[in-house]
Amino acid sequence: MLTKRIIPCLDVRQGRVTKGTKFKNNIDLGDPVEMAVAYSDGGADELVVYDITASAERRPIDIQMVTEVAKSIHIPLAVGGGISCVADMERVILAGAEKISVNSLAVRQPDIIAEGAAAFGRQCIVLGMDPVHNPKCPCGYEITTRGFREFTGMDALEWAKRAVDLGAGEIVVNSVDADGTREGFELTITKMIADAVGVPVVASGGAGRPDHLVTVFRDGHADAAIVAGMIHTGDYTITDIKRAMRDAGIPTRMSY
Amino acid sequence: MTIAIIDYKAGNCTSVLNAFASLGVETVVTREADVIAKAERIVFPGVGAAKSAMENLTAFGLADVVREQALSGKPFLGICLGMQILFEHSEEDGGVNLLNILPGKVKRFPDTPGFKIPEIGWNQVNGDIDYYFVHSYYAEIGPYTTGRTEYAGVTFTSAVRKGNLFAYQFHPEKSGKAGLALLKEFATC
Repeated sequence: MLTKRIIPCLDVRQGRVTKGTKFKNNIDLGDPVEMAVAYSDGGADELVVYDITASAERRPIDIQMVTEVAKSIHIPLAVGGGISCVADMERVILAGAEKISVNSLAVRQPDIIAEGAAAFGRQCIVLGMDPVHNPKCPCGYEITTRGFREFTGMDALEWAKRAVDLGAGEIVVNSVDADGTREGFELTITKMIADAVGVPVVASGGAGRPDHLVTVFRDGHADAAIVAGMIHTGDYTITDIKRAMRDAGIPTRMSY
Repeated sequence: MTIAIIDYKAGNCTSVLNAFASLGVETVVTREADVIAKAERIVFPGVGAAKSAMENLTAFGLADVVREQALSGKPFLGICLGMQILFEHSEEDGGVNLLNILPGKVKRFPDTPGFKIPEIGWNQVNGDIDYYFVHSYYAEIGPYTTGRTEYAGVTFTSAVRKGNLFAYQFHPEKSGKAGLALLKEFATC
């Protein structure tokens, strides 16, 4: 049986992993390679690394960092931040990443999804989206971009469906409302998108305790979930999360 | 000892190279037919679509050398699409003839409620160890199937062994310690 994936997320700023709440108040957590290795050995099913300041600084993704992380772990690696064209995607793939996450770029230029899928296969192209609760949108959630700074007026569910039609192989649903709160995932939008698209959905934002993961898989219908603060601080390990999943009857990889 | 990783613009050679490097095993990434023919061991990776992969193999003049080497008795390892291409035929893109080294066909997972396509994630081989899979198509069970995995109501071939020909539908280079153990076995067989 296919297991539900636990995916630690490393937000990298100037070569260091940082963590903030709603993209603010960032604190230093450590070296990306050391943390990647520790999580890989500790049971991570995949790893995602975001170069969170690349876009704002209008520079390409830190390829050296991606290369070092890819050399050090032997589980799937997704990266995002600072991708602006297919050539950038190719550099990331040649550096050893499996998946490229596009977010604000895809909103501005939806064809980048189709171009990336045509060049590398749809399994390489991950659409990241940052929906925020907005009752004026048909599905109740609006897409934001540029680290929650810009509101697009786009309906989150419509965007998810369109992105899959264009060639997105996975969708990361990162709730703006839940991000950094550690009070649990936003189940409504996660379930809505997971039930509506034929590709895997990765829940993101709000993981604070192992039971939050149980809930997002059981009730949010997620295929995978991103965890950050709750493991970065050392409050919980990936094994703590996976034991809770196993005890709740959710398929999870336990030998690593 | 040389291990040649065949680069035909259909897959992530870097990940395979990195995985062998972590085992202290040197590899060479190449699309030169004579380098491939002289190598002691050959890795045939691949992700993406069968049709474009077959077209690339032909365009680089590699289809014959890959077929010869896979049949040579030399240790040969197909990974993911590099496994599927060893079979007879794929349903992908309206039908593609493959290298016809292994008997059997490659089919698309049926649309099945509760199952996403592609299958992305860790699944068990022979009900035991988890490995990392990414695929929308699968090879039927055949005479050389050594590993079976279930998804979307189908039991498919996840591992093949025919003499020194090894092939995996999953990605050993991305399957953590369990995957590295398989690559080590291949490098020393």
